[in-house]
Amino acid sequence: MRTLILLLVALLAGQVFAREAVPVAEDPVIEQRLIDISGELRCLVCQNESLAASHAELALDLRREIRTLIARGDNDDAIRTFLTDRYGDFILYRPQFKRTTLLLWLGPALLLLLGLGLLFRQLRRRSRESKASDPTDVELSHDERATLAKLLTEEAPPASSGKGGKS
Amino acid sequence: MSKYLWPLGIFLVLVVFLGVGLTLDPREVPSPLVGKAAPAFELPQLHEPARKFSPAEMKGRVWMLNVWASWCVSCRDEHPVLVELSRTKVVPIYGLDYKDSRTDALRWLTQFGDPYDLSVADVDGRIGIEYGVYGVPETYVIDKAGTIRYKHIGPVNQEALKKTILPLIAELNK
Repeated sequence: MRTLILLLVALLAGQVFAREAVPVAEDPVIEQRLIDISGELRCLVCQNESLAASHAELALDLRREIRTLIARGDNDDAIRTFLTDRYGDFILYRPQFKRTTLLLWLGPALLLLLGLGLLFRQLRRRSRESKASDPTDVELSHDERATLAKLLTEEAPPASSGKGGKS
Repeated sequence: MSKYLWPLGIFLVLVVFLGVGLTLDPREVPSPLVGKAAPAFELPQLHEPARKFSPAEMKGRVWMLNVWASWCVSCRDEHPVLVELSRTKVVPIYGLDYKDSRTDALRWLTQFGDPYDLSVADVDGRIGIEYGVYGVPETYVIDKAGTIRYKHIGPVNQEALKKTILPLIAELNK
């Protein structure tokens, strides 16, 4: 009898502790938007992790905050403004295009242009230099021309005889 | 000759940039709240939860808002500095007890001393978000009009106090 009671208690205890899993996402639509937005935001505690991926306490709080904003019907821009008003542009992985971020956005293009400019200049200089020292570009004197013509005509007969030798 | 000096020039420019980079702390993110009105809130006081405190009550005074928590390790480094500052009565220090349990916070204050004129309890960290708190401790200097004039991230040390905070408070009190 006692073992039976113990068994029953053990069974009951199991039921008491087994609780239903808390749903991760209350509303899948909100959760998807949360992931989309927070994937583009920096977690200020870990800095190299996005707000969506971070397990920092602050990231949890900010995700909760963004969830409330989404539920309230704020659009993505309004949510980003909410966060930059408090944490600054640093929270955005993709900073906005404005006066203070001009160099940040255009810097790579400027460097590319600068590099292309230098390359172009170098290539032009080199082609000019090589033209100046090009041996084919030298004017031949009268005597040289005569020698050349002689050499060329001398060259021809052995070529034809060579052909004849083969056949 | 100048052709051979080019790499040296580029190298020196890089050295300067990297050298400046070494002196900067990437954890110190400039706050957009400096120069703006301190966000309003109304929170229960830590010692008497039935009573509330709101920054609006501080209009006309220069004050410091220090975000702290009993679980925060660097707050312990900072604490003696604040206790000493509170003895000089130069500036009222108000504490924002961030995401803390009341019993832990009260025990912490009895153990290490209480430099705060009063502390408020921000249990869920909502007000911390309003103030852009991302690493406790953080300290704000707020002027008579209720505008945030300075934010210090991390523990306040004697150097920051003497070089920046105290001169600013003297300036704001003029």
